[in-house]
Amino acid sequence: MADGPVAEVLLRQLAAADGGLDSAELAAKLGVEHQAVVGAVKSLQALGEIIEAELRSTKRWELTAEGEEIAQEGSHEARVFHSIPPKGLAQSELMRLPSGKVGFSKAMSNKWIRVDKSAADGPRVFRVADSVEDEVQRRLQLVQGGQAEKLGEKERSELRKRKLLTEVGSWRDRPFKPYNFLAHGVLPDSGHLHPLLKVRTQFRQIFLEMGFTEMPTDNYIESSFWNFDALFQPQQHPARDQHDTFFLRDPAEALQLPADYVQRVKRTHSQGGYGSQGYKYNWKLEEARKTVLRTHTTSASARALYRLAQKKPFTPAKYFSIDRVFRNETLDATHLAEFHQIEGVVADHGLTLGHLMGVLREFFTKLGITQLRFKPAYNPYTEPSMEVFSYHQGLKKWVEVGNSGLFRPEMLLPMGLPENVSVIAWGLSLERPTMIKYGINNIRELVGHKVNLQMVYDSPLCRLDADPGPPRTQGTA
Amino acid sequence: MPTVSVKRDLLFQALGRTYTNEEFDELCFEFGLELDEITSEKEIISKEQGNKKAQGASDVVLYKIDVPANRYDLLCLEGLVRGLQVFKERIKAPVYKRVTPNGEIQKLIITEETAKIRPYAVAAVLRNIKFTKDRYDSFIELQEKLHQNICRKRALVAIGTHDLDTLSGPFTYTAKRPSDIKFKPLNKTKEYTACELMNMYKTDNHLKHYLHIIENKPLYPVIYDSNGVILSMPPIINGNHSKITVNTRNVFIECTGTDFTKELAYRKEIVRADLINKKVGIRETPENIAKLLTRMHLKSEVIGDGNQIEIEIPPTRADIIHACDIVEDAAIAYGYNNIQLALPKTYTIANQFPLNKLTELLRYDMAAAGFTEALTFALCSQEDIADKLGLDISATKAVHISNPKTAEFQVARTTLLPGLLKTIAANRKMPLPLKLFEISDIVVKDSSRDVGARNHRHLCAVYYNRNPGFEIIHGLLDRIMQLLSVPPREKKGGYVIKASEGPAFFPGRCAEIFARGQSIGKLGVLHPDVITKFELTMPCSSLEINIEPFL
Repeated sequence: MADGPVAEVLLRQLAAADGGLDSAELAAKLGVEHQAVVGAVKSLQALGEIIEAELRSTKRWELTAEGEEIAQEGSHEARVFHSIPPKGLAQSELMRLPSGKVGFSKAMSNKWIRVDKSAADGPRVFRVADSVEDEVQRRLQLVQGGQAEKLGEKERSELRKRKLLTEVGSWRDRPFKPYNFLAHGVLPDSGHLHPLLKVRTQFRQIFLEMGFTEMPTDNYIESSFWNFDALFQPQQHPARDQHDTFFLRDPAEALQLPADYVQRVKRTHSQGGYGSQGYKYNWKLEEARKTVLRTHTTSASARALYRLAQKKPFTPAKYFSIDRVFRNETLDATHLAEFHQIEGVVADHGLTLGHLMGVLREFFTKLGITQLRFKPAYNPYTEPSMEVFSYHQGLKKWVEVGNSGLFRPEMLLPMGLPENVSVIAWGLSLERPTMIKYGINNIRELVGHKVNLQMVYDSPLCRLDADPGPPRTQGTA
Repeated sequence: MPTVSVKRDLLFQALGRTYTNEEFDELCFEFGLELDEITSEKEIISKEQGNKKAQGASDVVLYKIDVPANRYDLLCLEGLVRGLQVFKERIKAPVYKRVTPNGEIQKLIITEETAKIRPYAVAAVLRNIKFTKDRYDSFIELQEKLHQNICRKRALVAIGTHDLDTLSGPFTYTAKRPSDIKFKPLNKTKEYTACELMNMYKTDNHLKHYLHIIENKPLYPVIYDSNGVILSMPPIINGNHSKITVNTRNVFIECTGTDFTKELAYRKEIVRADLINKKVGIRETPENIAKLLTRMHLKSEVIGDGNQIEIEIPPTRADIIHACDIVEDAAIAYGYNNIQLALPKTYTIANQFPLNKLTELLRYDMAAAGFTEALTFALCSQEDIADKLGLDISATKAVHISNPKTAEFQVARTTLLPGLLKTIAANRKMPLPLKLFEISDIVVKDSSRDVGARNHRHLCAVYYNRNPGFEIIHGLLDRIMQLLSVPPREKKGGYVIKASEGPAFFPGRCAEIFARGQSIGKLGVLHPDVITKFELTMPCSSLEINIEPFL
């Protein structure tokens, strides 16, 4: 133990002393560094109740150059007082003295002197008292004599204000142990935002930068009508199976559906129309009434487009949403029963597949994804449909990053949208890009109560277009 | 998306050339397929059951190809090859037609009894065919793929195939009491009644999934030949008698189902070339567009004023029901990646959804106040939102899920608190105090809404430490109100907390929060029972409010 000898001496001295010891004094007495005494105190404290120590701070004061002068020669006001002869002195002459200006006003406020403004050759200054006590000089001399503590806090601060006194840090000239700059600092206490929602914020920002308006999505419960039928998804479609969709027991049925629109949807499914063959089956209202936990946010897009269709004349629109959706799926490392869907929609006259690809290019460029290609795909409610692939530098292959298409006329025309209006749309999940960005392999570490809070605490800013790649942690190295 | 597994060498042989993996992947991509995996039987077995089991298994290279869910014509090697060869203009699309046999036409008679269980049936005969082992396997595999996809796991349609030469028509499709049906099922040597079969197949990994389709019906569907031989008991199992083999030359196909809408017929559509150009964003001549469509199995020609294209839609392309489906095929043949990218000129002003805007702003300041954001599930168990909080489920107004696979998905949450407490329980190793918050939606029944339920945007925060820290949660409330510009007073739109009680809180340590003239939530120190039920060990205080009044 490096502190051994000092600690031992310290204990002996303590035993002999009455009322404790000053560490600085002890260090001086023993001829060791103050730090060595402090170290001995700390290691003794760490052993338990062996010694008691309290932190004391001592302050040292010293005079400024002006203070030194005053301690020697007396304060400016005293010097002014002494320079006035019994018959008085012309004020103009007094002001010319070295201490004149400062001394005059102080001596006046001390009521040591007075001014006679009626004198024949201008204002004249006279002594009021025969002699004065130069308190300032006396106090400064005390400080000079190392007895600053005899002055009150108020008196000291008065002298400091007059720049006659300065506080001297006792550590100014002391030697210190060098810092270890390789060590980490202490992280500030703070709250943290969840990484997935940080990514959500960035996606919102991108849509807003592109002029897209946010759709209301605050309804997890949806009728099968808006979730499926309105999107021209037939009632026997496998997605409507109990194995894929959460149905509700209570409330089991939607209370209201838009009657006229429902009729048009029914006709389009069962008989066709709007240039379509339809699916030719017996469309059932009971099926459309069944309530579900929405399986996609496209149900919210359908509601937004229906509202848009009711506004005459038609005005072009760009919409987006990012919110939760629910699937009654088998869970694994990348699938949960609920996840967030990102969706973008543009409705305007004469939009083409080329427009869809152009918007996707801009959107993905903002995510820092520039190498894109498009693959034909099948979605029940878009036609043409395309999956978006991007080249993944790490995996050295093309990976799917989104799905897109033009909404089917069988979905748009029953809503009442004009025939020459096309609606392009695309979607992706929020979880996948987040897992890639933050290098997370198991979705449960990211979403839900089994989240690793340390990961939340440690997660960096989300800057999608300046992506330095996932952090190299033990899990991903 | 269905996946078709084909032997690579057989595929290349049928395509008349070989490809590198990359070349074939590229071809698939262009056509809208996906080369999902390159593997072998040996590799599959080794992956699933270990290297030992894989010894001796075939190492013939297999391509697993993902096929779009609407392309039933591509679900086997033969279909894929046909599609790709036509796409590459190496062959012309085949024309399908019905041929009448020299002898007597076979008949399938449908009786009334089937009406209540599986009312529709159609039949066909494949004559003078020649199987090889590979073709036979592909035929069986295709039948299975159709069952899984368009046939909706046999619920909509079930297909049975039989060696016609072992049977004698006419055939009868009827329905009988399970106890009255007795036959030797496929690959069994003994006869069983339908009841025995249904019992036996409960443990069959493949067939057990189809039993529910007829299980509780009084009558089961069944098909006989004129000698009373049972061909099949759809949609469960065929009889062993008429089993097809590699040597079968004539196949009798029966399909039974619950719906009958599609017809196997060619159909003609006329689409204007400029519509296709306009929807895709290209400028091709009508002649070129007709060529593009022909490559997609849609024989097309320019007619009329020279701008109209007449398209023949084969019965194999039941997915084509609208001009937009034709537009897509033209775009695929043109090549998606050859289309010129453009930006729409749509001018719009963006708006945020006000509730989300408020949420975003509050989230940042909650973190600035030292609380860390959690993200918990909207679905949970009844226990989480009721029992564990000392409530009866009927008092919660919760919506209930009818088909949860596990208890974790019984209800939608009515409060954010359980999710935060579970987050703490999963992070007990983290240094104290734990200060968490979440701003997200809860769901309650509401008969004023069209769907009978609605979301509310809640803000919930918890403080978990060695001391209850009520003052910390209370201070957080004061801070939130400061952020929302709500002054601390009872009247004139201010806020106040009043002593209250709740089963989740410690007696005397709970207050109700009133703001803008309404109750918006509660705060307090949690009851020890609640803490224990969420597997926590320290005191905890919490706050939960609805933020919608502050919009």
